[in-house]
Amino acid sequence: MADDAHHGHDESFLRKYIFSTDHKVIGIQYALGALVFLLFGFTLVMLMRWSMANPNQAVPFIGGFLETLFGEDAQGGVITPQLYNSFGAMHGTIMVFLGIVPLAVGAFGNYVVPLQIGAVDMAFPKLNMASVWVYFVGGVVMFSSFFIPGGPAKSGWTSYAPLAVIDAASAGQTFWLVGMIFLITSSLLGAVNFLVTIIQLRAPGMTWMRLPFFVWAQFISSFLLLLAFPPLEAAGVMQLMDRVAGTSFFMPTGLVVSGEAYSAVGGGSPILWQHLFWFLAHPEVYVLILPALGIVAEIIANNSRKPLWGYRSMVYSVIFLGFMSFIVWAHHMFLTDMGVIISAFFQTTTMIISIPSVIIITALIISLWGGSIRFNTPMLFALAFLPMFGIGGLTGLPLGLSGSDIPLHDTYYVIGHFHYVVAPGTIFAMFAGIYFWFPKITGRKMNEFLGKLHFYPSFIFMNGIFFPMLIQGIAGVSRRLYDGGEYYEFSESILQLNTVMTHSAFGLLLAQIPFIINFVWTIFRKTREGEGTRNPWDATTIEWTDADSPPMGHGNFAVVPQVYRAAYEYSVPGSDKDFTPQSEPDSK
Amino acid sequence: MSVEIPYITEPRPDTGLTLAKLGVWLFLASEVMLFGAFFSSYVVLRAGNTWQDFAFGPAPVVQDAESDEGDEWAEEEAASDETEDADEHAGHDHSAHDASAHAADNAGSGHDDHADLHSPLQTAIPMATFNTIVLITSSVTVVLAYASLLLNNLGRFRFYFGLTIALAFVFLGVKYVEYTSKFAHGYFPATSPLLALYFTMTFLHVLHVIGGIVVLAYLVGPGTKMWKTNPAQFTGRIEAVGLYWHFVDLVWIFLFPVLYLL
Repeated sequence: MADDAHHGHDESFLRKYIFSTDHKVIGIQYALGALVFLLFGFTLVMLMRWSMANPNQAVPFIGGFLETLFGEDAQGGVITPQLYNSFGAMHGTIMVFLGIVPLAVGAFGNYVVPLQIGAVDMAFPKLNMASVWVYFVGGVVMFSSFFIPGGPAKSGWTSYAPLAVIDAASAGQTFWLVGMIFLITSSLLGAVNFLVTIIQLRAPGMTWMRLPFFVWAQFISSFLLLLAFPPLEAAGVMQLMDRVAGTSFFMPTGLVVSGEAYSAVGGGSPILWQHLFWFLAHPEVYVLILPALGIVAEIIANNSRKPLWGYRSMVYSVIFLGFMSFIVWAHHMFLTDMGVIISAFFQTTTMIISIPSVIIITALIISLWGGSIRFNTPMLFALAFLPMFGIGGLTGLPLGLSGSDIPLHDTYYVIGHFHYVVAPGTIFAMFAGIYFWFPKITGRKMNEFLGKLHFYPSFIFMNGIFFPMLIQGIAGVSRRLYDGGEYYEFSESILQLNTVMTHSAFGLLLAQIPFIINFVWTIFRKTREGEGTRNPWDATTIEWTDADSPPMGHGNFAVVPQVYRAAYEYSVPGSDKDFTPQSEPDSK
Repeated sequence: MSVEIPYITEPRPDTGLTLAKLGVWLFLASEVMLFGAFFSSYVVLRAGNTWQDFAFGPAPVVQDAESDEGDEWAEEEAASDETEDADEHAGHDHSAHDASAHAADNAGSGHDDHADLHSPLQTAIPMATFNTIVLITSSVTVVLAYASLLLNNLGRFRFYFGLTIALAFVFLGVKYVEYTSKFAHGYFPATSPLLALYFTMTFLHVLHVIGGIVVLAYLVGPGTKMWKTNPAQFTGRIEAVGLYWHFVDLVWIFLFPVLYLL
């Protein structure tokens, strides 16, 4: 984007790239931050996988470094159970709150939404800058907890009380809570901004039913963030009070810790934490998946050269999904004794919420029917998303019914299910989006060969990692063991799967190298002759047809576009080309 | 470079809203969820305890100096009736900070000036009532300030806005006295679930009041410049901050009966 710099105004480097109020720069800031954190979270899980396949053996190459950093917790370069717990908690936190949400909402939302609706910027540019900086502070707080005595939080990404509270000796959990409060605040500011932007700043003629599906997905995600995150902020404040001020919001009466009566007065409710946590964290799952569905919808319509099949039912489904996501949270809590009636309610709502997701996925699959499909890299990732998300969704059904959830809940089955949704699901969609909108950001397409070299191995290794988890889980292997189940006799026959998974994880790491090379090389290479045309994918939405690639600086459009038609008018019969841009008036 | 974002001063015709107004309403929706979570927690914690345990804290479960019983679960003791518990404790020497056990004892035996207290917040009811009146008045003055702007009277706006800030400071002053008197009686957040909720919720509310004061002070001070250049946008800002101020007031109107009276 550097060559797009001169529009007659000279801004200082700081103003332009660091303290920018331009939604495009902010989107890129989010993207770079999120990609770094994704890689970091992936590194943590590589170490965990090492420990599961080779328990109590020193980590090769970096074992010494770990020992210097974590001292006793990494004695002799071995991942101890303590350290494993820390890594597990931080892997979850970093991937969800510092990786995928900032990438899906912060980066793609910020960069693409104003361009797709024909807005000059987000509604509140300064607030936008504030949210990226609050995100940055939250990230620094989380990251710095690796370097404090006692290490980072180790009570899981769910931070269940009382476990998270009684560990008062080390400050890791306190850092986690403070970091979370910053990250939540950042998301709330962002959510208000997205909602106001989408409601107020649509270009003339951009009616609700002409919005690209991606914008709808961001719109609903923002509502979820706006209304679901505050209860976790409240819960975070209460847990912080429990740790710092000795209150007993989540500490029950008569708690005994390691044979000693716990000092707090008691009277609190550990289950209350779970309710408040999952009241956020279930809608959060939809925040992770909806932008991914939006990206996949854009790419499938564009590369099958057909309108989305059932656009309206997709929109109504996503609205219904957003509403339902607020009343399913306790299906994460069947193991607490909440009673048959309450669990019947949550089982019912959970079964209902699968309907709109199935409608959306079905509509996307039918959209492919009879299309002239272009198998470029973004399309490959988008196509792979469909069955992967399908596996993730279908394996979720047994977890939504308490009878089958109770035996499966603490096993690897849950990990396999969840990761099928977010890793080959959401993350594949994120990759698809990066390949798809890269020419928008730089004016240059990423290399197709390297892209395919990235896609095919990633696809194989993702399944190599997560499918064995489902098998192990059904066999009953607990999901919290640092030694991968070695301790238990019954898991003997499936232990070799740990090696498969660990090798696959390493393969997945290697498969990201072509992506990193491609990413960096495309940013810095020269624009070739004929590249940088406005609309390299022959798309219909106005971010391609009415704005330059890369877009001009602050302001986006030379002329504010007027919208005349729905978002995906591909292959309109009688038209001379196979796409009709939204901003093209009827020829009459 | 300057970017003209539309609908800052004029409402968008099809939605009838300016950016700031919609933004504030959405922000307030998330605030409702924030305080809603605390009120829900109040319900859960109050329903999960006897009133005595909730207000004054459960009596200590494991007695000290009985190390051989240290690893036993002693919850039967906790669950036992409060009066019996209090009799058991009679004659123990309590430190001033151990207000929970203190209060629990007295509730049963009735010797001391706390004995007839229904709630540790009971003595603060007059102060809280006064504060309720103060905040409601400040909500009125903030509307009068907005109305003065609509009537093009900047001087009056300044007067009413200044009055709003003064009332906010009165509220904070009373709150300070209230907190210190609680501390003086040995009531801390750790004392009981009620006091934990009381201190956390009211302090969060105080933070909202302080945030409001900062914004109000900016708008009546340096921010007033905008009145000359763009009166419509300035009036919009006053309306938005007024909505926020009403919300802060409304939160207190829920906090007051729930914490002090119920």
